[in-house]
Amino acid sequence: MNRTTRPVLQALPIIRPKTSPDETLLRIIQGIGFVFLLLALAFPLTSLLLRAFEDQQGSFVGLRNFAIYVTTPSLVQSAWNSIWTAVITTCVVIPLAFAYAYGLTRSCMPGKWIFRAIMLLPILAPSLLPALSLIYLFGNQGMLRGLMGGGSIYGPWGIIGAQVFYCFPAAAIILSVALSTADGRLYEAAEALKASRFRIFMTVTLPGAMYGLVSASVVVFTLVVTDFGIPKVIGGQFNVLATDVYKQVVGRQDLNMGAVVGLVLLMPAILAFLLDRWAHGKRSATMSGRAVAYRPKPRRGRDIPALLICLLVACALLVIVAVSVWGSFIRFWPYNLSLTLDNYDFTRFDTAGWQSVWLSVKLSLITAFIGAALIFVIAYSLERGPARSLLAGPLRFLTTVPLAVPGLVLGLAYIIFFNHPANPLGIIYGTLAILVLNSIVHFYTVGHLTAVTAIRQLDPEFEAASASLHVPIWRTFGRVTLPICLPAIFEILVFLFVSAMTTVSAVIFLYGPDTKPASVAVVHMDEAGQASAAAAMACVILAISLTAKLSEIVAGRVFARFTSAWRR
Amino acid sequence: MAAPLRRQVCAALKLMGAALDDGLGADAGQYSGIGDPFLVIKDVGKQFGNFVALERVSLNIPAGELVSFLGPSGCGKTTLLRAIAGLDPPTVGRIIQAGRDITALPPAERDFGIVFQSYALFPNLSIAENVGYGLRGAAWPKARRQQRVAELLHLVGLSDQIAKYPAQLSGGQQQRVALARALAAEPGLLLLDEPLSALDAIVRLHLRQEIRSLQQRLGVTTILVTHDQEEALSVSDRIVVMSQGRIEQVGTPEEVYAQPASPFVAGFVGRSAHFTAKVHTPVGHIAFKDLVIPADAARNLLYGEEVEVFIRPEDVELQAMGQHFAGGFPSKVTGIEFLGPICRIALEAHGLRFEADVPPVRVTELKAIPGTQLLARFRPDRLLIFRTHG
Repeated sequence: MNRTTRPVLQALPIIRPKTSPDETLLRIIQGIGFVFLLLALAFPLTSLLLRAFEDQQGSFVGLRNFAIYVTTPSLVQSAWNSIWTAVITTCVVIPLAFAYAYGLTRSCMPGKWIFRAIMLLPILAPSLLPALSLIYLFGNQGMLRGLMGGGSIYGPWGIIGAQVFYCFPAAAIILSVALSTADGRLYEAAEALKASRFRIFMTVTLPGAMYGLVSASVVVFTLVVTDFGIPKVIGGQFNVLATDVYKQVVGRQDLNMGAVVGLVLLMPAILAFLLDRWAHGKRSATMSGRAVAYRPKPRRGRDIPALLICLLVACALLVIVAVSVWGSFIRFWPYNLSLTLDNYDFTRFDTAGWQSVWLSVKLSLITAFIGAALIFVIAYSLERGPARSLLAGPLRFLTTVPLAVPGLVLGLAYIIFFNHPANPLGIIYGTLAILVLNSIVHFYTVGHLTAVTAIRQLDPEFEAASASLHVPIWRTFGRVTLPICLPAIFEILVFLFVSAMTTVSAVIFLYGPDTKPASVAVVHMDEAGQASAAAAMACVILAISLTAKLSEIVAGRVFARFTSAWRR
Repeated sequence: MAAPLRRQVCAALKLMGAALDDGLGADAGQYSGIGDPFLVIKDVGKQFGNFVALERVSLNIPAGELVSFLGPSGCGKTTLLRAIAGLDPPTVGRIIQAGRDITALPPAERDFGIVFQSYALFPNLSIAENVGYGLRGAAWPKARRQQRVAELLHLVGLSDQIAKYPAQLSGGQQQRVALARALAAEPGLLLLDEPLSALDAIVRLHLRQEIRSLQQRLGVTTILVTHDQEEALSVSDRIVVMSQGRIEQVGTPEEVYAQPASPFVAGFVGRSAHFTAKVHTPVGHIAFKDLVIPADAARNLLYGEEVEVFIRPEDVELQAMGQHFAGGFPSKVTGIEFLGPICRIALEAHGLRFEADVPPVRVTELKAIPGTQLLARFRPDRLLIFRTHG
């Protein structure tokens, strides 16, 4: 702070405000958050970075690993494969998701809530599930194999097909938010000026949703490039960046080359992240506080096509899920279609059996509860604590980093950091603790943003009012902030639970012999040729996630009922 | 220097001098409660990075007074209030409340109640819980707390709303709850940060009188931050007019209105026409172009000196053309605005635009319609004159 620019204040002694216990408390929490993200995020990523410049013996070799990388045709080929499949997926998903979101927000079609619910279905399943379904339909024993016209589903087209399913909800959510925040007055003004519908769409709707479109494209692109499950299951001989990392680390035990590929994988993710931040900044500037929400009026010319498109997409999503569910109950696909529960007797296929499922539930519950508490309290200390403290800036930056770090890269960074012989924290390696830590950090940013949004909706003077009444901040936090933010906290909780349930990429490097999560078991059973058991396990994961999501809805209803007196 | 101006500056200087003396005296913990100012603000400055929000402000507030901080947004009034509350401590200076140096203390160690523009009521707590929020600990057993809450809600006229939640009340009612909450623990100082800005015009008028009478009944020293001059004029014992981080004038509402200490105050408080003129002959006259106007305040100024002149609409007198009207000059009516009890006539003479307030019946008498000519004159004793700086 520069206090010497104006002479008026120069001559006088500077006041050193006495720190209140409230402020000390928030500073300590900021400190804890900083140390946590330093140990669980910054240090592992730094070790990964350093590892890329070393050889197997640990001596510094400069850019040699990178030189090997760019001169190995197969590795460069995978990078290119990642990019073009991601581009095509984006080009397919965005128009579909836009049409779907348009129908949800800008039409008067019936059954919107059902379409909203179906839209979320892919989030609740591991990404392997659509890949398994496509194999059921179009694979070597696929029922509709004839439709492939001699082509193979194992490769880029299978990847793209499964990715479209897997990325659809993310794009549709972003676009429906972008389309629902339209200013109704702009439409009234355009109509008053006698603009045609097409012209209104081109001059009002599209520009309004432009940043949403950029954001959605970026998110889909990143999801495809960094996803591991789908190319692993359906990619066949078609290599992408994500499978390369896995092969280097698990197949060749070459952590150095793994680190190099990891850094390459990090690059599109970081670019996408920066682009998205840019778009986000632009978007918030376009919506004024006095905007009036747009309310569509019924019009058949728009509502019927919207309904048809949404029906088509929703059916496709349901069919993909249904095929896996059905397949998991089939005795011997496609030759003996009689129903059986045998595929759910996991001990027949994998020694861990149902233990994987219970482990996943345990992992997800611990991640959800510890993660939600940690994320919310740290977000609160950042939002309402001393903004110009030494740690606030770096901590705020660290909370945004996980969004740009693909799960595989984080997992790899964890092996390198926590498995280092000199690291005393290495004791958690191979235990449930490292899986929990990894899951919390991997999904940190989304939870943090949810918490920040909720906290920012509170009156900024709550803390000042409570201090003037001589009430300590933790008391106001417990009596006011927490109860009001309960729905947001529950949202974070369920988000963490579902994410930890379904993720493969973050934990594939980190599980130990006694800590194999269900999502990894799906990969292993599929590798072992037990597609039906893999589908069954994926369906179990889906069912558990679905239960969590439904409980969120029920809890939300109950909460709304008990608090309707004080809610506006 | 013009007479009103000189008088005002002297008064202000005396006030500030008093602030300095009392400030030092009070520092030693000599606060006796009678005669000494309750709150002493001495050389308080606040800087945000390179931006100086407050420049060495000194001020003295006697016990039991209602003092308004008045100024446009960004003038530093809220910064000063937040410094007094300890929410944003000042960069330099001293603040002494009841003989205790509170400059560096956090809000929780000070003795004040505060009401915010946004009310800042806790939405998930009932009205009773909100009001009793600060009444905790051994000093406030349940029965006593309930009694105090009931008493306060009776005081603000909301006894029947005790079990409701803030969202179920109107804006004005919510602000009364906030007032009751701020007063609950009987603070020595009540801070009101634009408490009425979020309310409807009618509720605002009503509530400001309620706040004033409550304040007078309780005798609590009160600071009201506002950008609404009418509000400040109507309820304050004294007004502190602020601009660009500085105090422009401290005075009673009458003083601030009738004897503004600076062109800024003259322009900001009340409505006035503003023009630049030169001191002219004979003594006590000024000239705008070739229009020579008698002005008492110009008596002691040198011929040819440039001055800033303000004239309020109620200080302009009108007469129909052709009538005898000493000192009247022909002016063209450019517009008439009907305001209920009065009409405001916009006029122009020699390129000088000004307004005159007259009763509606007078408009008919004068046959004032846009385009016609009237005779106008400014009351010589009411022209506000300031020497142009530089």
